[in-house]
Amino acid sequence: MKLGFTDAEERFRGEAAAWLDAQLSGPFRDIRGVSSLAGMLERRQAWERALGAARWSCIGWPQEYGGRNATLAQQVIFAEEYARSGAPGRIGHLGVELAGPTLLAFGSAEQQRRFLPPIARGEEFWCQGYSEPNAGSDLANVRTRAVLTDAPGGREWVVNGQKTWTSLAQFADWIFAVCRTEEGSHGHHGLSYLLIPMRQPGVTVRPIRQMTGEAEFNEVFFVDARTAAANIVGAAGEGWRVAMGTLAFERGVSTLAQQMNFRNELDAILQAARSNGTLSDPDIRQRLAHAYAGLKLMRYSALRMLASAEAGRLSNEAYTYKIFWASWRKKLGVLALDVLGPKGEIAAAAPYEWQLLPQLFLGSRADTIYGGTNQIQRNIIAERALGLPREPRG
Amino acid sequence: MQFVHSEEQQLIRDSARELLAAHATPAQVRATLQQPLGYDPELWRQMSSELGWVGLALPTSCGGAGLGWVELCLLQEELGRRLVASPFFGTAALAAPLVQALASEAQQRVLLSRIASGKVRIACVLGGADGRPPPEGVSVELRAGRGGARLQGVGDFVIHGDAADLLLVLTRAPAGLRVAVIAATAAGVRVQPRVMLDLTRPMARVEFTDVAVTAEELLGGEGAEQGIEQGLQRARIALAAEALGGAERLLQMTTDYVRERVQFGRPIGSFQAVKHRLADMMVQVEAAKSAAWYAACVADECPAQLAEAAAIAKSTCCDAFFDCAANAIQLHGGIGFTWEHEAHLYFKRARASAVLLGSPAWQRERLTRLIGGGAAATPLF
Repeated sequence: MKLGFTDAEERFRGEAAAWLDAQLSGPFRDIRGVSSLAGMLERRQAWERALGAARWSCIGWPQEYGGRNATLAQQVIFAEEYARSGAPGRIGHLGVELAGPTLLAFGSAEQQRRFLPPIARGEEFWCQGYSEPNAGSDLANVRTRAVLTDAPGGREWVVNGQKTWTSLAQFADWIFAVCRTEEGSHGHHGLSYLLIPMRQPGVTVRPIRQMTGEAEFNEVFFVDARTAAANIVGAAGEGWRVAMGTLAFERGVSTLAQQMNFRNELDAILQAARSNGTLSDPDIRQRLAHAYAGLKLMRYSALRMLASAEAGRLSNEAYTYKIFWASWRKKLGVLALDVLGPKGEIAAAAPYEWQLLPQLFLGSRADTIYGGTNQIQRNIIAERALGLPREPRG
Repeated sequence: MQFVHSEEQQLIRDSARELLAAHATPAQVRATLQQPLGYDPELWRQMSSELGWVGLALPTSCGGAGLGWVELCLLQEELGRRLVASPFFGTAALAAPLVQALASEAQQRVLLSRIASGKVRIACVLGGADGRPPPEGVSVELRAGRGGARLQGVGDFVIHGDAADLLLVLTRAPAGLRVAVIAATAAGVRVQPRVMLDLTRPMARVEFTDVAVTAEELLGGEGAEQGIEQGLQRARIALAAEALGGAERLLQMTTDYVRERVQFGRPIGSFQAVKHRLADMMVQVEAAKSAAWYAACVADECPAQLAEAAAIAKSTCCDAFFDCAANAIQLHGGIGFTWEHEAHLYFKRARASAVLLGSPAWQRERLTRLIGGGAAATPLF
């Protein structure tokens, strides 16, 4: 057990901090602190390219693909400095955190050479095609079909079906999608993990308006969409295993950056409580402390998770991480409105725009749904981590 | 940065777990409740003198093993898992850090060597009958009297107060708080054991009537408050580790039970109404692990974070312990409500641990003051 960092690691911290500060008080001053999913899109794409050019985008990756072969400690340090500097949310995160690590773990050498460098350079953006209208919690019920077909330029997968809740699809270049490639197969058998270009006539993206009033998610329709036969990760029929591998990467170093956004939200609540006097309310004081403790616990747990992952284990806290943060943030949203009082219910602008805290109140209702609902998380914890008998499944 | 236990640390945990699995079985723990001492003297002899557990975190110059709070907390976790009643907590986790924080070098040499030898049991008198945690609750007064200082007042909730060789007493003196370490047999000391809710951690009321205290027996001068606070923070972290051990055991016990218990032709652990409760227990247990382990590291490495880490660990682990105990009783059904089943022993320990050294709500109030009660928030990263 050791919490501190070595001198060499602290020097690395200095180097990272200096670069970030120079950028964010210089050319990227205008997007400092922007955390929305897709606001100021073009500027943030430019930021992704700047990170890539200086090799700060995917520091844990091998050098040949644009990374730095950074150690775990260095990745933790960079995540901390990134957050501390107020750098904007990573618009490339689905490629950087999910597609890339999946390719590193399961992709062919050729796929790694083709896809990883453009992700690291911030030139190609990705989205994730898992959920479908009838495959939510029951993710294995995927109906989107892909059939291998002869074509003039070589064999191709022809894809038909619909994905939903697809964040950032509106500007993604590629989608990694779970498709049914074995006629008549059921459940997690007969699925394949395909990489499909988004910019083609067979792909249509339609935004979905959420209860917050914004449209961050999309529906993606495939009508005879095409991708080369080689754009399959793992073998045909192995898609489920690869898809589950991708989900494990959601518990990576990026969780530390996510916590910084939470910290900003909690700070805003504290600030509001101080200025409107609710800080003297004993109930509010208890809940603020609870929230702060929860945030610290997330950090401690993330450090444990990362240390275990480095030792090649998926430890128990990794199973509990998602339900913990999601439940925590939903509570934080309610606390935010209790601190603001009725004023929190006045919109910032027409037609239906909100400041940070009401936005948190509304937006956090999705946290315990996406990425596996709290109910599904509890099944996973009980069955996989505690070894209880499985729920009967059709 | 390496937030996992090293191989040596895991070895300490494993050997403690093995020893206690053999010598602190549920039947043995229950038998201990009937002992006049309130603990198993043979197990205590092994832990203290033979294996040197009491001196684990004390300097080698005093005969200790020179290890840290991380290691001591691993022992606490294992002791908590088995609900072992012993003078270990009072002596090694409460008295020792207070002595380290307050005593002069000469006093430390004497007292810490005695503690490390495993031959002395210390009970700590922290407060009075109103049960408020120190510093507010300190109830014994230190007065100037005929030929030296005198103790006067009543302490309560004194853990193993009736089975101690020395009493460490937090006292209120005209110039502030002081600590006295006196013989439990000193004239004017009267100990009355109480029957407490928690059967596995006996407590006593201790009355001091004009008890003489020599200069050598007084620890801490000007600014003793800070040292007391520091010692108590370490004790809170050790108590959090103990609570974590209890919570882990309850999760394991209950998981085993719902896997075996069959109703409606299926193990009840296959029903979501049951398994979701267990999942919630595990979420709390994992958070408690993070809190307790991190705080133990902080005690060894970063004194600046001590107050915050202790408040988070104490509140998180004690809440987890209590909730797990409550769920354990519920999920065991009728059998969980019986005297015969061990669930109630954990439930009672969980309640008593929660209020000891400041309840979870008290810890959170402190945390609020640390983060925002006027002062600037501490940096998260």
